[in-house]
Amino acid sequence: MQAVASVRKPLVTNGKTVHDVTEDICSRVEQKPTKTWMVAFTFALALLIVGGYAVYRTVWDGIGMWGLNKTVGWAWDITNFVWWVGIGHAGTLISAILLLFRQKWRMSINRAAEAMTIFAVICALMFPILHMGRPWLGMYWAIPLPNTFGSLWVNFNSPLLWDFFAISTYFSVSLVFWYIGLIPDFATIRDRATGPIAKAVYGALSFAWDGAAKTWSRYESVALILAGLATPLVLSVHTIVSFDFATSVIPGWHTTIFPPYFVAGAIFSGFAMVLTLLLVTRKVYKLEDYITIEHIELMNIVIIITGSIVGVAYITELFIAWYSGVEYEQYAFINRVSGPYWWAYASMMTCNVISPQLFWFKKIRTNLASTFVLSIVVNIGMWFERFVIIVTSIHRDYLPSSWAMFYPTRYDVGMYMFSFGFFFTAFLLFAKYFPVINIAEVKSIIISDSEKAKK
Amino acid sequence: MKENTKIYWKGIEQLKNDPEFVKNADKEFPEYLPISENENGNSRRDFLKLMGFGVAAVSLAACEAPIRKAIPYLNKPVDVDPSVANYYASTYINGSDYCSVVVKTREGRPIKIEGNKLSKFSGGGTTAQVEASVLSLYDKQRLQNPMKSGAAVTWDALDAEVKSKLGEIAAAGGQIKIVTHSIVSPSTKKAIAKFIAAYPSTQVITYDASSYSGALNANLSSFGIRALPSYNFNKSKTTVSFGADFLGTWLNPVAFSKQFAETRKLGPKKKEMSRLYSFESNLSLTGANADYRSPIRPSEVGLYVGNLYNLIAAKAGAPAISVAKVDDTATLTKAANDLWASKGSSIVVSGENDISVQTVVNAINNLLGNYGSTLSWDAPVMTKQGDDAMMDVFVTDLSQGLVSGVIFFNCNPVYDHPKGAVIGSSLAKAKFTLSTSDRVDETTSQVTYVAPDNHYLESWNDAEPAKGQYSLSQPAISNIFNTRQAQQSFLTWGNVSTSYLDFIKENWKETHFASQTEIADFQTFWDQCLYNGVFEGDATSTMSAVEFSGDVNAAGTKIAGKYKKGTGLELVTYESIAIGAGEQANNPWLQEMPDPLSKVCWENYISMSQSTANELGIEMKEGFTTKVNVKAGIGTVTLPVVVQPGQAAGTVGLALGYGRTKAGKVADGVGVNAFALLSSNSEGIVYSVAGVTIEPTGESYRIAQTQTHQTFMGRETVIQEATLAEYKADASAGRYKPMISSYSGPKKPNAVSLWKGHEYNNHHWGMVIDLNSCTGCAACSVACQVENNIPVVGKEEVVNRREMAWLRIDRYYSSQGNKEDKSMEGLSMLEKASENPEVTFQPMMCQQCNNAPCETVCPVAATTHSTEGLNQMTYNRCIGTRYCANNCPFKVRRFNWFKYHDNRQFPDNTAMNNELGKMVLNPDVVVRARGVMEKCSFCVQRIQTGKLNAKKQGRRPVDGEISTACATACPTEAIVFGDMKDSNSRISQLLRLSATEEGDTEVKEERAYNVLEEIGVKPNVWYFTKIRNKELTDNQA
Repeated sequence: MQAVASVRKPLVTNGKTVHDVTEDICSRVEQKPTKTWMVAFTFALALLIVGGYAVYRTVWDGIGMWGLNKTVGWAWDITNFVWWVGIGHAGTLISAILLLFRQKWRMSINRAAEAMTIFAVICALMFPILHMGRPWLGMYWAIPLPNTFGSLWVNFNSPLLWDFFAISTYFSVSLVFWYIGLIPDFATIRDRATGPIAKAVYGALSFAWDGAAKTWSRYESVALILAGLATPLVLSVHTIVSFDFATSVIPGWHTTIFPPYFVAGAIFSGFAMVLTLLLVTRKVYKLEDYITIEHIELMNIVIIITGSIVGVAYITELFIAWYSGVEYEQYAFINRVSGPYWWAYASMMTCNVISPQLFWFKKIRTNLASTFVLSIVVNIGMWFERFVIIVTSIHRDYLPSSWAMFYPTRYDVGMYMFSFGFFFTAFLLFAKYFPVINIAEVKSIIISDSEKAKK
Repeated sequence: MKENTKIYWKGIEQLKNDPEFVKNADKEFPEYLPISENENGNSRRDFLKLMGFGVAAVSLAACEAPIRKAIPYLNKPVDVDPSVANYYASTYINGSDYCSVVVKTREGRPIKIEGNKLSKFSGGGTTAQVEASVLSLYDKQRLQNPMKSGAAVTWDALDAEVKSKLGEIAAAGGQIKIVTHSIVSPSTKKAIAKFIAAYPSTQVITYDASSYSGALNANLSSFGIRALPSYNFNKSKTTVSFGADFLGTWLNPVAFSKQFAETRKLGPKKKEMSRLYSFESNLSLTGANADYRSPIRPSEVGLYVGNLYNLIAAKAGAPAISVAKVDDTATLTKAANDLWASKGSSIVVSGENDISVQTVVNAINNLLGNYGSTLSWDAPVMTKQGDDAMMDVFVTDLSQGLVSGVIFFNCNPVYDHPKGAVIGSSLAKAKFTLSTSDRVDETTSQVTYVAPDNHYLESWNDAEPAKGQYSLSQPAISNIFNTRQAQQSFLTWGNVSTSYLDFIKENWKETHFASQTEIADFQTFWDQCLYNGVFEGDATSTMSAVEFSGDVNAAGTKIAGKYKKGTGLELVTYESIAIGAGEQANNPWLQEMPDPLSKVCWENYISMSQSTANELGIEMKEGFTTKVNVKAGIGTVTLPVVVQPGQAAGTVGLALGYGRTKAGKVADGVGVNAFALLSSNSEGIVYSVAGVTIEPTGESYRIAQTQTHQTFMGRETVIQEATLAEYKADASAGRYKPMISSYSGPKKPNAVSLWKGHEYNNHHWGMVIDLNSCTGCAACSVACQVENNIPVVGKEEVVNRREMAWLRIDRYYSSQGNKEDKSMEGLSMLEKASENPEVTFQPMMCQQCNNAPCETVCPVAATTHSTEGLNQMTYNRCIGTRYCANNCPFKVRRFNWFKYHDNRQFPDNTAMNNELGKMVLNPDVVVRARGVMEKCSFCVQRIQTGKLNAKKQGRRPVDGEISTACATACPTEAIVFGDMKDSNSRISQLLRLSATEEGDTEVKEERAYNVLEEIGVKPNVWYFTKIRNKELTDNQA
């Protein structure tokens, strides 16, 4: 038990005891699925199946099913990719960086946030694979594997290859980090399990956790080491994703501000997504005592900060375009603001820069409904940000003869639905079968006494 | 030490000297070991060897794709070597269009048409239609048998019936008519004469879909010759055209483009160029290339010509004619002054099918003394012979039942004549109807007998496009279907038993062979002519002394009498550059070729000016437009609108050649037939309709357009242009020279680089494109499509902006804005094209950048740089991330969104989706799979062939020996390809390459520029500035 100054508000409210924590969280795993869960799961599966048809048609017939054309070679595919990668930033940031900074409030949200990260990164990885003309070859040709094609090797100059390294590293570290954290909790569930299947499965999942002091000590060391490893990755992944654009010659892409701007945007959207999911989970699983208004407020503050960084980046871009004196750069930004896609730019500005400013008001940032709405608004805005960067830059670049519009087809929408279907299906399965809050860690921050426990 | 004499035996066998032991004593292992060879030769090693071989063989066999349908030659033809191309000189004749060509065949299949450089008449270039004609050979919709009443019959049966029917009619003295387009072939005419000899009541009715009857009749009355003079635009310093699109479709555009371009080329030694005025209603290719263009109504053409006559007459001291004044006198006066200043080296030309207008045009040329210099009667052009009046009489006779027998010789008047509907409904009145058409077209479907003709690539023929200039056609493939050459049919029906080949030979022996003295042996002469494709005898003619004797006053009075003011909206039809008059409408390459001006393909449309569109409340944006009901003359049609800058106010345009109903699967139902809206009378076909009403239907429509943005936004790095006066003062006028700031002061963009650059030790291929001589005719883009197996994607996919063209021609209009003003308002003005714009054409293909942005971003290194400066695309390695296309500043990369070959969803891609169509594919170029990127390769297959040929002969490739398909097709030689390492090559000369002190090469030519120079990608394609022979430097951007 760590000493906490009595003036600090408790992070877990309502005087929960250690036993209450175990009960509250394990019972969700042990009970039969609720009706709400079943409905949500059916909905998620339906999304997955409907979207799956779009995936099938794309793989079977070709990328032509989408709305891309000779001028706009990337649109929803890479927009979705960057968007999902961005969302996948919050989890590791919360667990790794906040762990290093000893922010204890993270303890009740990190599990779900990390799960979200894992699923979001899988969703993101879907797009670079499915957007390829020949994914059945590209899936492994883009990896530097020894091969029988002669001296063929990958092109280390290509940012797409850097992406592959950045994201696969991030994904594996995040996965390991998340899983290590789960082991003691799996052991708790294993110990409480009554059915033979549950015993076997959770037994296997918990890697024979014995709860010994030495084990705990190792566990904490590993967590710290992984946090140290994951921290630079949080910053590097989106930096490298931004290189896809920053290293190109296309006005609107070729921008040195992209790395920090993308990282801020990623944290921004990641926190928004964590909020969206947690507000629902908290309500459905009655976890109000664990995920308190204070948590929500703190996350909203992160959103104001990152949202403002993003806003400054947008304005800097406009300024630099003007200041550069480069005609194409200037046109790219005039076109963003006033061209045929002005509405996308306006949506982005409204959702990302203006709406988070509402969180300056304490009433708004501590209100569940407004937080929920704004968290979704932020993610809409961040999707538009990527759409604006990708599509409005290439749809009118250097030679006006090639200028064209991009109109999405139902298959573009279907692909996006598929990623949502996967995300929700995976998250719901996680929420049902895995402990959504880190039992072991939360126990370390409750203020309790033995008297209470005896009751 | 005592010597050791002990012997240690290996065993008792040694002691006993056992013979078995002695035999094996030397061996390392005297006894049997299982690892060594045994008696039957099977050892462990053998087993391993066999297993290794077996595994390797099995895996090799598994790697090899099965070979399907490769049929080896049992007896190899002497001159056919697999993978080596053969070339045959021949002649393209379609309708009354002519071009002398060279046919490239591979393993007996014609796969490419190129121009014949030996031809005086066509000058070695081609047009889009000529390039595409090779696919028409493999058109599955061609008739495969002779037919009677819709059922296949044998030739013998058909001949017997035809002969007996014709015999009956002739015996009864019934009228037999052979309806035909202009016949360019003298031997064909003779064959028909044989036919007429057998059936004396036969008459030949000649008409042309785009009629020159008015001009021919005017020449008959002015000079006594019913022909067109030969035009020498290369000698013309001032050319004035009244609606004659001589660079696009009029008379002989291939040669005229070449001649015109000669007068437009500039260089250090030539600082003069011709000036072109155009007065026209639709923006034509000629108008787009004009220095001064005046949009006029079709009803006013006569007045403008008359006014020009009066202006010239005033200078020449000739009496004026009485015609009303016209609006744009400024341009006309300027034109008159220029014409007068370049007397004797100018041309006035009109496309009007009207004898009075053409007579006045002749009179103007006569006053200017152009006959004998720019216009010559030495070798009159014979390709147009149609007589509208005769055709009109024929239609009347036919409808009155006076005609007993009709033979349609390769023509389709039910479709392409204004009175087609009457012809169609009256055909039943004739006892005998026959067509030689190659397909069941609109006319053929209404006749009893069909004797399908061969394709020109399957035929023997000769031609006389101009007096004294002859050419030969030879088959490049044997008949694909059970067809027979129409000339052979005429001979057969005319009871002549010789083959048409012998007939031609006989004819040539009597005439051309006899007329020359160089070659004594006929066979040698014939082989020589066949090899050359052309025979151009002595140009001496007795006709040069003709005097003008036309009645200008009568013509003027007639023009004045005809003119009615306030005729409302006028519809002007024109021949489309892609489809022509519709003969080759079933050719998907032509259907998908965007119109050079509007960039629309796969349909025809009503073109109107922005002001007319505003009046009608029609808006056009990004290809979205509205359909309108057009009531013109007797018909009403529904068509989409295209807002066309340069369209004369009060007029709308409509292309001929579309709206075929029975041309084949590709063409049927594409567009609307404009011929049906026209009228024809004894004076000729009128190609415009007055009093047209247009009502928007409100039906929104998306048109297939390959370029939707009209202007170049004042981007001087893309289009660099100047006026001639500016150029004379400074050869680098109009050049945009960006500088890059660096720590050591401003530097040229190419001097700053992150890259080390490539070293080219052997060749360094490059290309020069002269924007001044490019007319925008699109022959290059179709040639590229043919050469490189580029798929046709169909209308829907063009609407989706996914056409696959490796070479496109960017067309930019000048805008209403000021290029200096790049504010938000300024930019929106720059987006708007001028009402009567200046036009620039810019052929755009892969720029083969030395610092290629596509190469760095490919994750799998599928696009790499060659040692000869090419940016190469490895299709097999491509995984289709499209990053390269996004990062291409020129947007020249094309992605295979779908599988375009062997896919029923792309029926229009006939060259890849049926067994017959596939014969046209170039075997040297791979057909790309779905999901891979492709782009211009600088015709790398041609480079390799050229290098290989040189290597086999142990020499360096000679300049000109290796050329790309686009450069070869270009009639104006605007595209020049070559090795920049060869200091004597044309490209090195044009660029005036010279070595710098640092060992680099420097381009000394002031007009040469790279598009987007400042981004430092260092293209290997150079453009030469566009120079306009204009006096005004107005602020057009």
